[in-house]
Order: sequence, then structure tokens, then C-alpha cells
Amino acid sequence: MSKNRYFIRKMVLAAAMVSVLQLTACSAIPEKQVGELPALHSVESVVSEDVTYAIDVYDPFEGFNRGMYRFNAGFDHYIFLPVVGAYESVMPGFAEKGVSNFFNNLFEITNLTNSILQLKPKATIATTERIIVNTTIGVVGLFDVATTMGIYEHEEDFGQTLGHYGVGSGPFIVLPILGPSNLRDTTGTIVDSVTMASIDPLNLDEHSERELVFYLLNAIDDRHTTAFRYYDSGSPFEYELIRKLYTEKRKLDIKR
Amino acid sequence: MKRVITLFCTLVLLILNTVSANDGSTQIGVYDYPIDNPLAATVIGTPKEQVASLPKDIPRQAMKLVVFPDREIKKFIPNKALNYTLVGQKKAAPLIFSIAGTGASHKSAKMRLLEKAFFQAGFHVVSLPSPTYANFIVTASTTQVPGHIVQDSADIYRVMALIKEQIKDRVQITDYNLVGYSLGGAQAAFVAKLDEEQGAFDFKKALMINPPVNLFNSVSILDRMLEENIPGGLNNFNAFFDEMMVEFSHHYSESENVDFNDDFLYRIYENKQQEVDLSRVAATVGMSFRISSSNMIFTSDVMTNGGYILPKNHELGKIESTTNYFKVSSRVSFTDYYNERFLPFFMARNQGMTSDKLLDDLSLKSIAGYLRTSDKIAVVHNEDDVILAPGEIDFFREVFQSRAHIYPKGGHCGNMAYKDNITYMVNHFEKQGVNHE
Repeated sequence: MSKNRYFIRKMVLAAAMVSVLQLTACSAIPEKQVGELPALHSVESVVSEDVTYAIDVYDPFEGFNRGMYRFNAGFDHYIFLPVVGAYESVMPGFAEKGVSNFFNNLFEITNLTNSILQLKPKATIATTERIIVNTTIGVVGLFDVATTMGIYEHEEDFGQTLGHYGVGSGPFIVLPILGPSNLRDTTGTIVDSVTMASIDPLNLDEHSERELVFYLLNAIDDRHTTAFRYYDSGSPFEYELIRKLYTEKRKLDIKR
Repeated sequence: MKRVITLFCTLVLLILNTVSANDGSTQIGVYDYPIDNPLAATVIGTPKEQVASLPKDIPRQAMKLVVFPDREIKKFIPNKALNYTLVGQKKAAPLIFSIAGTGASHKSAKMRLLEKAFFQAGFHVVSLPSPTYANFIVTASTTQVPGHIVQDSADIYRVMALIKEQIKDRVQITDYNLVGYSLGGAQAAFVAKLDEEQGAFDFKKALMINPPVNLFNSVSILDRMLEENIPGGLNNFNAFFDEMMVEFSHHYSESENVDFNDDFLYRIYENKQQEVDLSRVAATVGMSFRISSSNMIFTSDVMTNGGYILPKNHELGKIESTTNYFKVSSRVSFTDYYNERFLPFFMARNQGMTSDKLLDDLSLKSIAGYLRTSDKIAVVHNEDDVILAPGEIDFFREVFQSRAHIYPKGGHCGNMAYKDNITYMVNHFEKQGVNHE
């Protein structure tokens, strides 16, 4: 299947990037430097092994992750955002909204499969209704009629399904371009992509020329609807804060 | 990714929020801002349906300004230029310089709110980050030891003069005005005073929104909110945080249509008013402030090689872990910073400087004479602002008289977006005259 081939190509590319970065990335553990003098509030005098710190998240690949975080910030700044900016200046607002709705409707399939897997009848019914309403009355998903009717989206993915059945998050991972994740959620992302590819609702399998447009537009739309900007927090601890927030937010989503 | 982002916005929202008698000050008639509790107002802000009607999109330009071309760039925080926002009218118009609150960027939600309100009213707006925001400390602060309001205001003034030059071909400016909220409000007063001496702008009007009277009093209050509201002290913060998240999760699971935004918090407040644990809300305000102050203190330390939290002579690498420094910073209060880093630094710079003298310098009281007689400056405040010490609100009544506009509620900046507040703020500047043709 060409769709899976495409997916595999993406993964190989990601893996290649990962290994390149790994070569350049060194350890994140601070090392004592020449001429260094202890700080007034030194880590040794304040941080205690007996205390659990809220900011801690299991992150054995921190050096790599921080490198990837920087890479993503650069990619965002020099490539992703300029492209999205061009998209926004060309597209009228209602068309942007239509594109967002279209992709949202398409990826309801992921919500549906995972609502079923978690045996959540309410979410399963709502999601099914949403797909039917938005695909028909909403003109192949261009309009989100369901939400105006009070049928709300239930975001579910395979990472949440794994979490629902008790799988722990595993180590924190910053994925190329996609950003913060962890071992469980990365597995989830892969499973969801493969499921999507095997269902192949747009028949990309037989129309490989559509494939590139599909993925590009999807990526642009995703970034367009995401308000986050790297380093806008103005915090020297942005990496730590994002890592914690990601972890907490996923816990909330799983419990829902 | 999208999820992280929404969550991130919630955090930002929290961080940015950190934080009626009458005697000559303006009497407020009926005031229907809906949140009576000042701490809840501070965290929640203004519920969506009560927010003033403002344009959705305005023409913002992201601007960069190099203030010190020769300053060395650090690997860990590789900022060269100060970032600010310009919102320009097409025709000639007065300009308002807007200064952000403690630890906040020029893009904070409150700055964006002010941009919309003043742009809609016909002004150009230039939004500046707070001198306590990392990017400002790195690129535009003279000492890189922030918190000294006179010094920081002089830094802002220098930046404004450079910006005036930088934007002169982009917008046609008829005259200049000033606004700031929280710490930025107090700085606006010092900037206005500085301009009386230096005269680069001849400001027509200035407005202070919820300023502290005495910076030190206010940060002490915020420090205590965190330290005194965690059962068992800061070493138990993790347990406290987990408990809070469990409860939050409970609300989150219950609600049907959820997205994290200010209204989500408001709905919890509205539905569970009786059950809201105020010490928890206070701790949240304290935590947000502590994160802001940790950011500020650590950035300053990295830039000055102060040996305060980062070992002296240690250069942070690009991917070096800072998690332990976060743990340390989050245990250092602003009061500690003041005593251990700030005071010695300014005592070393100025012979004869004492702690009492420095504390006085950091207070609006030090320029009370100027504020009393300067008709161009007004203040808008809340009777129940949580960053004021008991009785401090009377300072504004007494000094500003009819130029003090004090609302009965709203906490610290919680009511800034409320329709009455926006109307008042815009009117204050409009009286000076935007030319509506």
C-alpha cells in the first residue's frame, strides 16, 4: 500500500534526523567547568533526595530531547511559520475554517476507533453522530454543524487508549516537528496513523498524487490552528514547564 | 501538539494573571463585574460574555530593536534584539506606549487586550515587555538586575526613544501617551516623570492600571500567598499539586464541551462557589508569581554571572539541563532575591545607599509630589486588589483625588477586560483628542 509506504518513508526520515541529532547532542547533565565557584543557593544545598518535585518528569533522553526542542523551534521559525503565514495571507478566513473542519471530520475516525476500544458508549455515539451530520449536512466536513447542534467532539487517540488500560507514559520524548510526546503516546501516534492509512477514507492509495497535497495541507492546518510559539513564555525553564504541562494534560485526557 | 498548546495557554493565562469609600476619587455607580472574590477575580479574569466588544484581528507588526549592539550573546539565551509590537493606524494618530506587568511579555493577553481597545479607539499602540521579562533583561536592561523601578523605567525610556526613531517612517504620530498595568503601571508614572526632565515625548496622558504602591510590599504579599497556603510547606508542593490536579480532572471530566480557556475556570467557580478552596486559589496566584520571579531571577543570574543560583563562571550549554536550577529558583522568594542579590548590588553601585533608602526609592511614594500635581496622570484601581497591603489603596485616593478611579471589586487586574473598565480607559485618552473625522 502506497499510503503505508509513505508513512514508512516519513518514519525513516524522522529516524535519520534523530540519529544525526544524536551525534551532535551531548549529555544534558551539567558538568563542572574550569574556575567554577559554588552558587549562593547551590543545587547541593537546596535540592533534597527525600523530596518529590512537581517539575520532575521521567526524561532519560533529556540531552537529545532538548536538542530536538531547539531544532523544532528553529524549524518552526524559519520554515513552518513562514509557510503558514503565506497560507493565512492567501486564504480567506472562512476557507481556513473549512479546511480545519474538513481535517477534523476526517480524523474523527481516530476518535471513533479509540472510543470503541475504550468501551465508551457515550463518546462512540456522539462521534458517530458527528461524522454522519458533518459529512452530510456539513458538506463532507467543511462545516461543523454537529457542534452547533450541541454534539461535541470527544478527542480520543491510541495513546489515551493505552493509558486507559493502565499503560504508563514511559520516558518523555520530543518528536521531530510534532513536538512533546512520550513512549506511550508515540506508539499511539504510530498506531493511529497506520489505522488511518488502512481505512484510507480519501482513497489516497489509488491517487498518490493527492497524497502530498493532503499531508502538506494537514500539517499547515495543524500549525495554523495552534497558537503556541516557541520561547514566547520568556521562561529560561520553558522546556521543563512544557514537559510538565504535556504530562499533566495527557493524564487529564486519559481520565476523561 | 495542539493539546499541549491549549494547556500552555492556560498556564500563560495563570501566569499573566498573577499575579467603596469616597473622598474626592471618582465614585463608581452601579458596577456589575460578576466575581466578588478578589483572588478568584485575579485568576479567572472577566467571563467571556462580559468582555468589552473589541475587534478580533488588528494589524500587529512584530518588531525587533537592538538596544546594545556590543552586548555579548549567551549560548543559553541567544537573544540579540528586544521584541515588541507595533499596531499602527493608516492615518496620523496619537500613539500609546503600553508597558506589561511583572514577568509578562509584550504579547501577553492583557497587552493584546489593550492593543485592541486603543486601536479600535483610533490610536497607534506600541506594546513593550516588562523589564522583568527575560527578553528585556537580556537585551535592554542596563544592569540586568531587574526590579529597581527607577532604573528599569530609565531603561524603558531609552527603548521608547529608540523606537520613536525606528518607527517614524511607518506611522504618523501626532502625540505620545503612556499606559501600563500592574508593575508596568507604576513604571509608567516613573517614565512620565523622567520625561518631564528629558522631554523626548511630552506625554499628553498617562494611565496606571492596578499599580503597586510599594513594589516590595506587593511581592512580599505574593511570596506569602505561596508559602503560607501549601499544607506542610513547599516540600509538600508536589502532593498539593497532585491533589489540585485530581480535583481539576474531576471538573474536566464532568463537563461536556471542554476546552481550556478562561470561561472553563469561570464555570467551575460559578457552579461550585461554595466549595472553592480559597487557600488553594491563593496558592495558585502565589505559584504563578513564583514562576515569574524564578524566570526573572535565573535569567538575571545567567546574564550577570552573579553566582546566585547558577555556579559562578559556569556557562550554560545549549542543551544543558536546568531542571535542578528550576527547583532551586522556585525555593527562592523575591524577598530573598531582594536581600541577597538586589540590595548588595545597588549598595555596591551607590555609595551611601541603605536598605531603607532603596525601599523608599522603589515606592510610588517617592514621587508622590509629582503625581499629586501632574494632571496628565490618572490611576484605575480596585478596592480589593490582592497585591496591595491594607490601607495602601488610600494612597491613590489621597494623592490622585479626582484622577483616581477605584472600582469596588476585580482583584488584581481581573476586571481589565470588563466593558466598563475598557470604556473608562479609552475615555481617559480620548478626552485628549483622537480626531474622529
